[in-house]
Amino acid sequence: MATKTAATATQRNKAEKNPILFERTPALTTAITNYCPGCLHGITQRLVAENLEKLGITGTTVGVSPVGCSVIAYEFYACDMVQAAHGRAPAVATGLKRAHPENTVFTYQGDGDLASIGMAETIHAATRGENITVIFINNAIYGMTGGQMAPTSLPGQVTQTSPYGRDVKTAGYPIRVCELLSSLDGVAFLQRVTVDTPSNVRKAAKAIRKGFEYQRDGLGFSLIEVVSTCPTNWGMTPYAALEWLRENMLPYYPLGVYKDCKAGE
Amino acid sequence: MAKVTVDIEYCKGCGLCVDFCPQEIMQLETEVITQKGYHPAHCVDQESCTACLNCAMMCPDVAIMIER
Repeated sequence: MATKTAATATQRNKAEKNPILFERTPALTTAITNYCPGCLHGITQRLVAENLEKLGITGTTVGVSPVGCSVIAYEFYACDMVQAAHGRAPAVATGLKRAHPENTVFTYQGDGDLASIGMAETIHAATRGENITVIFINNAIYGMTGGQMAPTSLPGQVTQTSPYGRDVKTAGYPIRVCELLSSLDGVAFLQRVTVDTPSNVRKAAKAIRKGFEYQRDGLGFSLIEVVSTCPTNWGMTPYAALEWLRENMLPYYPLGVYKDCKAGE
Repeated sequence: MAKVTVDIEYCKGCGLCVDFCPQEIMQLETEVITQKGYHPAHCVDQESCTACLNCAMMCPDVAIMIER
């Protein structure tokens, strides 16, 4: 997608001397993010903003920011934003979409928000087939509160609250959200992507765009899970965290499309 | 050849552009410290840039602008 954005930028600047191949999208504000260096939140956030701009819906979109590292996402997106109580973003988005069905509504949530305290809201919004798009960042840890074990933490993963590694006998197994929601009839589109390499970033952009297009066409609930890193709380450099993600997270959270209501067509 | 501009106001020195540049022309400026206290990235050889956009794709802070 970004290459296509670059192409549009090139066309726009064809007459000028310096055609711009890549620039900051106007759907992001000029604010500096609060994310740690190397956090993949920033990439996902850019992809969402670029897609809003590309679809020409930045002015008619309402986003819902969660509780977590992205709690002040309303500072970063140039569209209208609402900040929801912990985990309640899909419920808030339901109300927004029902009151303003002509507007695009998306939520931007982390794993502690969506898969732990907000699990009920997520499942019920999905099974009701609410016509909203959920962007779900899965980094297997609670980032903002200092690296506690999350519902998505891997078996044996060392976190602040599982210093000997996650013991599945007492803490249970990680939740695979895409697989869990794929059995619900109200769900239109489910895809798990990651943003660990430039090619995967482009694939993720396409998936996010598809989510917004399905919402525009009124097909129902769409969720894009982005497998992400937390270099600070994993205790790694940003690049080492990407390698850890590829070695440990991707085998447990396989990438792919889990539901697509248009797949049979 | 393309021109890579890093906005040091946004750059947090995470080094992902350095790791992903196939031409190995991105480096962190250890002599410079930004207002936020990071060593920002910069392009050391604009002539060798192939405009693959890898650095811009992987920059979490959207600090990189690329012009032809």
